[in-house]
Amino acid sequence: MASTLQEQFDTEAQQKDASTLGMWIFLITEVMFFGGMFTAYTVYRRAYSDAFAVASSSLNVTIGAINTAVLLVSSFTMVMAVRAAQLGQRRTLILFLVATLIFGGIFLGVKAYEWNEKFEQHHVPGPSFHLEGVPQQSHAQLFFSLYFAMTGLHALHMVIGVGIISWLIWLARQGRFTAEYNTPVDIAGLYWHFVDIIWIFLFPLLYLIDRHLPK
Amino acid sequence: MITAAVPEREDYLNVSHGLKSWLLTKDHKRIGLLYLATITLFFFLGGVFATVIRIELLTPGGGLVSSETYNKLFTMHGVTMIFFFLLPSIPAVFGNFFLPMMIGARDLAFPRINLLSWYLLVVGGLFALFAMLAGGVDTGWTFYTPYSTTYSNTWVIATALGIFVAGFSSILTGLNFIVTIHRMRAPGMTWFRMPLFVWAHYATALIQVLGTPVLAVTIVLVFCERVFHIGIFDPALGGDPVLFQHLFWFYSHPAVYIMILPAMGVVSELVSTFSRKAIFGYRIVAFSSVAIAVLGFLVWGHHMFVSGQSLFAGMAFSFLSYFVAIPSAIKVFNWTATLYKGSISYATPMLYAFGFIGLFTMGGLTGLFVAALGIDVHVTDTYFVVAHFHYIMVGGAIMGYMGGLHYWWPKMTGRMYPEGWAKLSALVIFLGFNLTFFPQFILGYLGMPRRYHTYPAEFQILHVLSTAGASVLAVGYAIPMIYFAWSLRYGKVAGANPWGATGLEWKTASPPPLHNFDKIPVVTHDAYDYSTVVGEAVEVG
Amino acid sequence: MTEHIDSIRTYALVLLALLVLTAVTTLVAFVDLGEFSVVVALAIAVCKMLLVALFFMHVRHSTKLTKLVLLGGLLWLVILLMLTLSDFTTRGWIGVPGR
Repeated sequence: MASTLQEQFDTEAQQKDASTLGMWIFLITEVMFFGGMFTAYTVYRRAYSDAFAVASSSLNVTIGAINTAVLLVSSFTMVMAVRAAQLGQRRTLILFLVATLIFGGIFLGVKAYEWNEKFEQHHVPGPSFHLEGVPQQSHAQLFFSLYFAMTGLHALHMVIGVGIISWLIWLARQGRFTAEYNTPVDIAGLYWHFVDIIWIFLFPLLYLIDRHLPK
Repeated sequence: MITAAVPEREDYLNVSHGLKSWLLTKDHKRIGLLYLATITLFFFLGGVFATVIRIELLTPGGGLVSSETYNKLFTMHGVTMIFFFLLPSIPAVFGNFFLPMMIGARDLAFPRINLLSWYLLVVGGLFALFAMLAGGVDTGWTFYTPYSTTYSNTWVIATALGIFVAGFSSILTGLNFIVTIHRMRAPGMTWFRMPLFVWAHYATALIQVLGTPVLAVTIVLVFCERVFHIGIFDPALGGDPVLFQHLFWFYSHPAVYIMILPAMGVVSELVSTFSRKAIFGYRIVAFSSVAIAVLGFLVWGHHMFVSGQSLFAGMAFSFLSYFVAIPSAIKVFNWTATLYKGSISYATPMLYAFGFIGLFTMGGLTGLFVAALGIDVHVTDTYFVVAHFHYIMVGGAIMGYMGGLHYWWPKMTGRMYPEGWAKLSALVIFLGFNLTFFPQFILGYLGMPRRYHTYPAEFQILHVLSTAGASVLAVGYAIPMIYFAWSLRYGKVAGANPWGATGLEWKTASPPPLHNFDKIPVVTHDAYDYSTVVGEAVEVG
Repeated sequence: MTEHIDSIRTYALVLLALLVLTAVTTLVAFVDLGEFSVVVALAIAVCKMLLVALFFMHVRHSTKLTKLVLLGGLLWLVILLMLTLSDFTTRGWIGVPGR
């Protein structure tokens, strides 16, 4: 097998350390990227809490919760894939990567269904936007603008993740990963879990926090 | 000295040939040169815009260009100079080239990502160029909403996309530097043996990584707002334009430190080398870089004192801004203390270092004026601010850049530049710069607003002085372009260590071999330990 | 570098905890806790984040540097949020003359 050590490194351990650190720093840039969105959300939710409460409560909480569970399960299958890679179990690795792909796909499918529902209910920002029970339509529209921007960017990250996992499956089928060399699986796992964490915050912020208010 | 019939030594320049060997290179040194060529083009472009602006301002009536064209000119001058010249300048050229060498590494941790980051800058630059050729953009480099999102009929989206893409170039460079500094240091190269240039780049990389993504998401929101009219920054729909300013300046204030910190790193190298003394208070200078990076994130609201931001937030931001003065002053005092009883030589790089110290001090002190809530209300959006940030960005960052270019030119090319011409041009640049921008302090204080192409007749004398200075400055920048090109062929062949400097980059041949060192060095001394270079040739004194 | 490989049981228990927390946060959302609804929802989200980070992302076996990077990132998010809100929360404190 060809050496997996690139010429700028001295040891495999140094190479793996560098890749892992690089991925963590990349994730920090992602935290700040989504952070801008979270800031905008916080500012407007504070300013227009009534309209945001009605708009938030119009989302389908059952579907949201189920989709959250689906994503959490995909994180579990991903960590199992990483574990299989560390143990050098090729068949198990491929199995769990495929499972992750499936759960990720289900999440995206459900998300697409939800978005489609918004189109049918005229909850998409634009000229035909309308939400019952809100005096200031533009404020409710702001909620949905942020909803689409945040879930849209999250879904974009999921799509990229699906692409990465497909690529890993292809590499794994070629037997490129061993108990000694599995860094790509490891850092792809970090990315996948990070996207999961973003959703862990999006779910309560978008679906839940104003549920208790009287309709 | 005539060299003849010596078999050619293999170095990074002659190890492979052809366009493909450059466009697909993973060598950090070649990528540094690709950046050098790219940003020089953008510097020229930004300079052309500046030239037209200064000619327009010769007369109070303004007759050369229309007000719409003038708006586009200062916007494109700012966008080009900031996003496509200053932000990449020192980190992407000298950081790329010398950071791995200074810590004794064969390359950066991620060479392919490094090449990618250059392509991203080029792609971003092409977007911006397209926008400029197609008709330009007139929002100012700050893209304030709601003008940029609702009212401007110019190429906002293309330009913003260009900046978005170039931003990822900056993020990837920063990421690469952080990982490289953590994981690629040579044996014995402890944190407190690293040259201060490396410390400065570590601090810079932190800003690139933590700040730039917020700019990216802001551009995404501007894009959505402009295309879909979703109302995030539109007051008519309940949005708040000031939120844009918060997000924008969260990045763009620290971005000023992306420009100035690397220059400070260069100056630390220059001051030490040309006074042959270790930097006074090495550790505190190292920490002050990180302190500037961190504090830089806490002060952005001082750009928004008259924006409608809450007075209380304004007071907090004003107060916090003063803290940045502490690490900045520490650096200036420590460089000055380093000079004390040093054996100073006035080679060209040192002249630029002196220029930096003086001009940065002026820029920094006027920064205290504009950070003061009360005074800023008077000078906001006047030429006082314009002069202030040009003293930082041109008097600081570009002086550092020019100093670094002269200092490392022999290492990068293996040739010396002509010292006499270089000294002359350094002097011309210094005089031209002050003649251009000092009158602008006075103009601004008298009430001349920025971004206007007409003005009352009593301001004309100061504007004429400024334009005259700009002409001198242009000559000052043109001379080095000529003699650097000349030196590639006719310059004196440089030795491995022409300055008698201590950094590891001087312990290898000029130009360096492909993997920088024939054998990875083992570091046993602190940075700036001149006992390690006793007897090495000093070619210019 | 020694690699820690956690047992399947550990991962399964973490998943179970995450699913239970999801159910809890969803149900608690319908209970009127006033201002505390937000606090509880975010606290549960933070717990879930910690579970994912510590176990699935192996942070508990990671170097100090990784932990520092993570904390630094979160701190910067707090800076962005808090200093921006320092404007929006204090704007109404004094009136604008003439309005």
